[in-house]
Amino acid sequence: MSSLLTFPKGGVHPPASKGLTANLAIEVMPVPDELEIILGQHIGAPCTPTVTPKDAVLEGGLIGEVTKGLGVPLHAPVTGTIKGFGMSGHPMRVSAPSITIQTDTEALPVQYSRCDWQKLSKEELLAKVHAAGVIGIGGAGFPSHVKLSPPPDNPVDTLILNGAECEPYITADHRQMLERAQEIVEGALVILKILGIKKCFIGIENNKPDAIKTMTEAAAAASTPEHTVVVQPLQVKYPQGSEKQLIQAITGRKVPGFALPSAVGVVVHNVSTARAIYDAVVLSKPLYEKVMTISGKGIKRPANLLVKVGTKVSDIVEYLGGVTPELAKIVMGGPMMGFAVSSLDIPVTKTTSSVLFLAEDEIDTTPHSQCIRCGWCLNACPMGLEPKEIALYVEAGRPQDTGQFGVFECFECGCCAYVCPAKRPLVQFIRLAKMKAKR
Amino acid sequence: MWKVSISPHVKSGESVEKIMWTVVACLVPPLVLSVFIFGIQTLLITAVSVASCVAVEAATQKAMGRKITITDGSAVITGMLIAFVIPPGVSPLLPILGAVMAIAIGKHLLGGIGYNIFNPALLARAFLLATFPVAMTSAWLPPLSDLAIFSYLGTPIDAIATATPLAVLKTQGLAVFSDQFGVGANLYTNFFLGWRPGSIGETSGLLIVLGGLYLLYRGYITWHIPVSVIGTIALLSWCFGGESLFSGDPLLAVLSGGALLGAFFMANDYVTCPTTKTSQLIYGVGVGALTVLIRLKGGYPEGICYAILLMNPVSPVLDGFFKPKRFAPLQGGGK
Repeated sequence: MSSLLTFPKGGVHPPASKGLTANLAIEVMPVPDELEIILGQHIGAPCTPTVTPKDAVLEGGLIGEVTKGLGVPLHAPVTGTIKGFGMSGHPMRVSAPSITIQTDTEALPVQYSRCDWQKLSKEELLAKVHAAGVIGIGGAGFPSHVKLSPPPDNPVDTLILNGAECEPYITADHRQMLERAQEIVEGALVILKILGIKKCFIGIENNKPDAIKTMTEAAAAASTPEHTVVVQPLQVKYPQGSEKQLIQAITGRKVPGFALPSAVGVVVHNVSTARAIYDAVVLSKPLYEKVMTISGKGIKRPANLLVKVGTKVSDIVEYLGGVTPELAKIVMGGPMMGFAVSSLDIPVTKTTSSVLFLAEDEIDTTPHSQCIRCGWCLNACPMGLEPKEIALYVEAGRPQDTGQFGVFECFECGCCAYVCPAKRPLVQFIRLAKMKAKR
Repeated sequence: MWKVSISPHVKSGESVEKIMWTVVACLVPPLVLSVFIFGIQTLLITAVSVASCVAVEAATQKAMGRKITITDGSAVITGMLIAFVIPPGVSPLLPILGAVMAIAIGKHLLGGIGYNIFNPALLARAFLLATFPVAMTSAWLPPLSDLAIFSYLGTPIDAIATATPLAVLKTQGLAVFSDQFGVGANLYTNFFLGWRPGSIGETSGLLIVLGGLYLLYRGYITWHIPVSVIGTIALLSWCFGGESLFSGDPLLAVLSGGALLGAFFMANDYVTCPTTKTSQLIYGVGVGALTVLIRLKGGYPEGICYAILLMNPVSPVLDGFFKPKRFAPLQGGGK
């Protein structure tokens, strides 16, 4: 095992809390009676439905397409009938247009078989990734085919698969690396072929030694003189799963502000996205289901679940035996960057990695007090920004003057607010600054 | 119904209260020792000082319509530090006046915790030194030799007052100083343990350094300010503190006066010191240099109080100049 790398500046060490689910194998959740598929699953324009109410759809069949701008098609997660169009709850946007599908409970799951992808050209592979609706499922939801077509003036030489999974609680990538290692590595080979490059690193944090071992074996078995896939163990530090921090940890290169990783010759995909690319290219299976972690002291039975996109959180709760009386907060996504929701009536999207049911002793909602200028936020910020100054300017009604402190480089990892002893909602101040400064 | 709030949903277990009360705990050992050195009245003065700081904080916050935050421990620290920097033989009325100056004027009229420019405890000391110069420069007590901690209680100060080592050194020279406080290892040991005249909490280098090291271990302070302050005082005192160049005693300079208390518990006060590492180093050098300048050339034997007060308003300037190193900034500053 090579030495442990990490990014040099900032970062925090939240308690890992992964023990609740790290040893639980991925479990297939039975298909619920009804799914609500949100039309805007990714960054860019939402899909336009290609079906009308009462249409019968097949599992994997097309139900939405993007006609303009960036985007990928949307597929039916189950065989059934289109019940109608409506609005669904959404963790970030409050509500979003969606398609409701009534599941045909009699229908058998569709079987997919391997194709010989090695014979396909780069363009054909790329077209399959696009057609399968693959987006970055680690969180941001960037259409994968766009990432796989870097601008020609930025030659790419390195692929990095992100298996850091630095957010506390979440073990979805961890379990997939253990249970689907070969598929992830084959996905990496597909990406290497599309990009026309030879070198792939898989960055995994050292708190997942079993995943490092399994993935190293799979990578060694798949590496050839033409293509090398190498597992790079990383120190445990949040936010190592951030693209810029991961690239710096593994290659030492720094992605400039507002630039894409291809500016420094790197393309980054999540390990789960690599698996989705494997599904898309090798099995011709569209992306319509999702491995996610359901955890926290507020749920009866924590689990790693394979669920259909469009499954409502309420169905998951019911399947896992309900919530416990300690439940104090529900978070979609990780505890550092996820969104607290007020309702269980929210469907899972392609980018939902986890739903956390947190008890009072797992959260901190202490009211905030005045900044005591301890400077801890400056030390915690991996981007070298000044969260305390941004917050003071926002409080003073001058959000337009926060650009000098780098407000637009902030990716809202929350390290500053995590360490703040005065419990100041620094991420919220920064979001306000961004919103108001843009106006 | 459950809670909805902004990310991050987990937080480190640290809080302002925890930091402040830890600092208070670190100040307790020097206080206890001072009872054995100067007698029980140090405890009385400290209690009056703490109580009046807390009371003034509550009263000011009530008067200004602000939330009362006396439980956060910051007023308690100020109270302890005011007591720590005044002579052990003063009247208990002095810390009460100091508390008004520190908390009502120095802290809350300037915006409350986080917004005050000057270290409140040192502001109080400077105020008391200006208004009650005789009491503040003559109420020094010689250390008790036989642990008779009640011996000075109720005795008129004039009968027993002494002078601090720095004052003796400044006005009477090295020969008298050596006569009075000894030489060599014996001298260093007495000074390191605290067996010398001085302010209530400043005499025991050992306990102050131990408290500072504990704060370092907890991550509440960093080495930058204490090391640069102490380093500068030692270096400049060695260069210019003796009869000729490079003949000063750096160890004695660090152990006498309030150098260690200032370096570990005053100069690195979060609110009034700079926040970036480079600024902190420059700030510490500034505090150290001004301390030595005042000690050697100024009108007072002790200098660290004014040195810190003079550097306090420089903090925001330094922070504005030495920014954290950005990851990879946008072109044009992101405007």
